[in-house]
Amino acid sequence: MTESTGTPTVTPAGAPLRQGLGGEPRDRAPHDDLPVVFEVGDLSAYYGAFRAVREVTLDVRQREITAFIGPSGCGKTTVLRCFNRMNDLIPGARTEGTLNFRGVPLYGPDVDPVEVRRRIGMVFQKPNPFPKSIYDNAAYGPRVFGTRKRSELDAVVEESLTKAALWDEVKDRLRDSAMGLSGGQQQRLCIARTIATRPEVVLMDEPCSALDPIATARIEDLMQEIKDEFTIVIVTHNMQQAARVSDATAFFSTEVNPESDRRTGVLIEFDRTETIFSNPADERTENYITGRFG
Amino acid sequence: MATDTLTGPPSSPPPVDLSGDPRRHRRERAMGALFLASAGASLLVSTLIVVSLFSNGWRFFTEVDWPRVYDSNAWNPRQGSFSITTLLAGSVIVTGVAILVAAPLGLGAAVYLSEYARPRVRAVLKPILEVLAAIPSVVLGFFALQWIAPNVVGTFFGDEAGRGGSMMTAGIGVGLLTIPLVASVSEDAMRAVPDSLRQASAGLGARKRATTLRVVLPAAVSGIVAALILATSRAIGETMVVFIAGGASDTARFTTDPLDGTLTMTAAMASLAVGTDNVVGGGLTIEALYFVGIVLFAFTLTLNVIGNRFVRRVRQVY
Amino acid sequence: MALTTIGSSGEAAVQGSVAAALRGRRADVGGRAFELGLLAALLICLLLLGALMYSVLADGLPVYTERGWDFLDRGLSRRAGRAGISQGLIGSFWIAVSVVAISFPLGIGAAVYLEEYAPRTRLTSFIELNIRNLAGVPSVVYGLLGLAIFVKAMSGFAGADGVDRRTLAAAGATLAVLVLPIIIITTAEALRSVPQSLREGAYGVGATRWEVIRTVVLPYAAPGIFTGALLSIARAVGEAAPLIVVGAVTGFSSRGVGLSMGNVLDPSALGERFTAMPALVTAWAKLPQEEFKVDNTAAAIIGMLVFVLLINSIAIVLRNRFERKRSL
Repeated sequence: MTESTGTPTVTPAGAPLRQGLGGEPRDRAPHDDLPVVFEVGDLSAYYGAFRAVREVTLDVRQREITAFIGPSGCGKTTVLRCFNRMNDLIPGARTEGTLNFRGVPLYGPDVDPVEVRRRIGMVFQKPNPFPKSIYDNAAYGPRVFGTRKRSELDAVVEESLTKAALWDEVKDRLRDSAMGLSGGQQQRLCIARTIATRPEVVLMDEPCSALDPIATARIEDLMQEIKDEFTIVIVTHNMQQAARVSDATAFFSTEVNPESDRRTGVLIEFDRTETIFSNPADERTENYITGRFG
Repeated sequence: MATDTLTGPPSSPPPVDLSGDPRRHRRERAMGALFLASAGASLLVSTLIVVSLFSNGWRFFTEVDWPRVYDSNAWNPRQGSFSITTLLAGSVIVTGVAILVAAPLGLGAAVYLSEYARPRVRAVLKPILEVLAAIPSVVLGFFALQWIAPNVVGTFFGDEAGRGGSMMTAGIGVGLLTIPLVASVSEDAMRAVPDSLRQASAGLGARKRATTLRVVLPAAVSGIVAALILATSRAIGETMVVFIAGGASDTARFTTDPLDGTLTMTAAMASLAVGTDNVVGGGLTIEALYFVGIVLFAFTLTLNVIGNRFVRRVRQVY
Repeated sequence: MALTTIGSSGEAAVQGSVAAALRGRRADVGGRAFELGLLAALLICLLLLGALMYSVLADGLPVYTERGWDFLDRGLSRRAGRAGISQGLIGSFWIAVSVVAISFPLGIGAAVYLEEYAPRTRLTSFIELNIRNLAGVPSVVYGLLGLAIFVKAMSGFAGADGVDRRTLAAAGATLAVLVLPIIIITTAEALRSVPQSLREGAYGVGATRWEVIRTVVLPYAAPGIFTGALLSIARAVGEAAPLIVVGAVTGFSSRGVGLSMGNVLDPSALGERFTAMPALVTAWAKLPQEEFKVDNTAAAIIGMLVFVLLINSIAIVLRNRFERKRSL
C-alpha cells in the first residue's frame, strides 16, 4: 500500500529527468509514491580509461521489479553491479555521478562494501552454488554474519528455501551436495542463499539465461511472489520476460565513440513497463521492442 | 540533498548505516597483513641468497692469487689451486653426457606417450615414469656407481672404464635423473597442440609419422626447447650423482676425457664441505666454496630465466 | 582423373586402379620403425628404472633379512655389521617436521596473498618471477645459504666455535627454505583453479575477502594444496647436498642412538650435530668397504625410498581422486 506524501519526487534538486540521447525530458509517471530505493544520477562507469556506460539517470522503487533491457554490451550488467559494489572486484573499475541507496551515497567514504552486499543481494547468470550441502549453501550468509545457533540457522534455511519455492523438493535431503541439483533447482538455491541474509534488494543478472523454459517460468513466478518483500532489479536479454514480469523498464543501447571506435552504453529510455512496450517515446526503443534491430 | 529525496511510509527506518561491522573489519585487516608478511618472506629469501653468496664470496675475489686460478690446471683448494676451468670442464662434460642421454630418451618417451600410446597404456606407463622423478639423487648416484659403471660404461668402453666412477658414469646417471623433466615438459607442449591440427594433417592423407614430425613437433618446439634448457640447468646443478659416482673426491685435474674422474662445480662444493672441520678450515676454502657457488648460481639462473620464457611462450600460443 | 567417359571397359580400369590405390600399401615400414624407436626409448627408461629397483633391492634386502630391527636401531659405527640408520631416521624426521612447521604456513600464506590479495602490479609479477627462479636454484646453493645464515647466525645453541652450530635445526631451516618456492607455486596453482563464479557467489552474499578465502576458496583448493605439500616433504627428505654443506656428520656420532619413541621425539636433537638419511647414504656410498659401500648403502636407500615413494603415491592418488570428484 502506498501513501502519497505530497512532495514532488525524486530527481535531484528538482531538475527534470533526462533520458540520455534523444533528449526531451519526460515527466515522471505516477507510481512515484513508492519510496525510492536506488537513486541514480548521471552515473558513468569506467574500466580503467574505458567508459563502459555513461550518464545513467533512473530510480528504482521499493517493492517493484525494475528491468534493464537492451542488446549485448550496453552496460546493463555494469550498472547492476554498481548497485552492490561488485565492480570493486575488478581492478581499475570506478564510477562517477550519483548513486544513492536509500539516500546514502553507495560509494561514500564510510561505506563498507561487505555491508552493502548484505543488504543488496545478487543472483548470477550461471547458477553458482558452493560445492557444499544444500543446507550449508542456504546457511552460508547467516553463518558468515555471525549466526551460530543451530535452531536459528535451521529456521533461516527453511524460510529462505520456502520463499525460493525449493523447500518441498529438498527438505528431505538438505545434507546432499548442491551440485546434484538440476540447473533450475540450483538457481533457486542461489536465490534462497541470497535472501537468507534478509536483504532489501535482490539484483538478478540474467538469472534465467542458462535455464530451460519451464525452469524459467518457475523463477518468474517466484519473482512475483517475493516482490512484496524484496525490491528486485533484473537484467535480461529476454524482452518478453521484462514485459511479463517488471513494473518499470530501462532500455539501454550503445553508441560508438568516433575517436576510439569503442562502444559506450547509454540509457535510452526509462519508464513504466506498459509505456515502454506499448507506447515508447524514443524511436530506438520502438525499434528494439519490435525486433527491428538488436 | 540526499535525505530530502526519501519518501515513504511514516514507519520508514532512519537513514541507513552502511559502515559495517568493525570487528569483521579488524579481522579482515589482520589476515591481510599476515598474508602480506608471508609474501614478503619469500622475497627476503632470494635477497638473502644473493647477499650471502656475494658477501662471502667477495673475499675470494680480493684475496685469491689470480694467476694461480688461471694457470693451474687442477682444483686443489687446500694447496691453493683454484682452477675453475677444471670444474667448468667437469660440469660441461657431465652435463653434455646427461643431455645426450636424456634428450632422445625423454623426448622419445614423451612423443610415444603423447601421440602413439593408447589411453590405457598411457595411464599405466606415465605414472611409472613419474616414479623416476621422485627418486632422490643419492639413489641415482649409488645406481650409477654400482650398476651403470660396470654394465653400461664397462660394456661400451671396456672394463677399465667401468671400474669406479667417471664423468661418463655420472653423466649417464644425471641423464637418467633428468629424463622425467624432459619428458613431462615436452609432453605438455605436445598435448597443448590442438587436435584440429592433427586432424587437418590426417585429412590430407598424411600418416602418423609425418603428422608427428611435420605438424606436432614443430608446433611444440618452444616447449621442447624449454624442456632441454631446463634439463641443462638441472644437470649443471646436480650434486650428489657426481659426488658419489664422478670418480674424484677432493681434488681434480683438468681433463676433457669423459672416461676420467674429475669434479664438477657442484661436487667440488660438496667436497669442500665434507669432513668435520673443512669448512671452517684455513686457507680460502670457505671463500672458494662461495665463489664456485656464485658461478654456479649465475649459470643456472640464466638458463632458468631463458627456459621459463620458452615455457611461457608455449602457454601463450594456444 | 578422367572426366570424360571413356567407355565401359575404360571405366572398369579406372575403378580398378582407384580400388587398388585405396587398398594399397599397408606396409609403412618407416612409420613402424619410427613408432618402435619411440617405444624403445620409453622402454629403456622403464628398464633402467627396473634395474635400479632391482639393484637396490638385491643389495639391500639381505641386510634386513639378516639383521632386521638391529639395522634400524643402531647408529653410525665404523664396523659395517654394527652400523645402523636410527640417527638418519631421526634426523630426517625432524627435517620433515621443520619443513612442515616453517614452510607450510609461510608458503601457503604467500600464495594466498599473491593470488587473492595482491593487485596486478609489476611488483607482484616481479615477486612471482622471483619465486619461479628460486624453484630452479640448485639445492647445493641452498646449502650455502643455510651455512651463511643459519649456521653462522644461530649463536643461541651451545658452543662458541662454528662447529657446534652446524645443527639439525639449521639443516631443517635450510631445507624448509628450499621447498618454500615449490609450496608457493603448487598452492598458487591450486588457488587459481578455483572458479571465479564461486568467489563471486560468496562476495555477493556479503562475505569479506578473508571469509571468502576461508569458507569457499581454501576448501575447494585444499586437495591441490595438500598434494603439493606432500610432494614437498618427499623432496626435502631426499635432498643431500644442502645437508652436506650445512655440516651433516658422516663419520661417527654417539648421540641419539636407538629408535625408541623417546629418542625420536626428543627435540633437543635440534640443537646438536646431526645426520639424516641422504647424508648417511652419501657417506656410506663413498666408503671403501664393500659392506658399507654396497650392502649398507642399499639397505639405507630402501629405507629412504619406502618413505619417499609412499608419500609420492599418496599425493598422486589423492590428487586423482579429488580431480575426479571435481568434475562431477
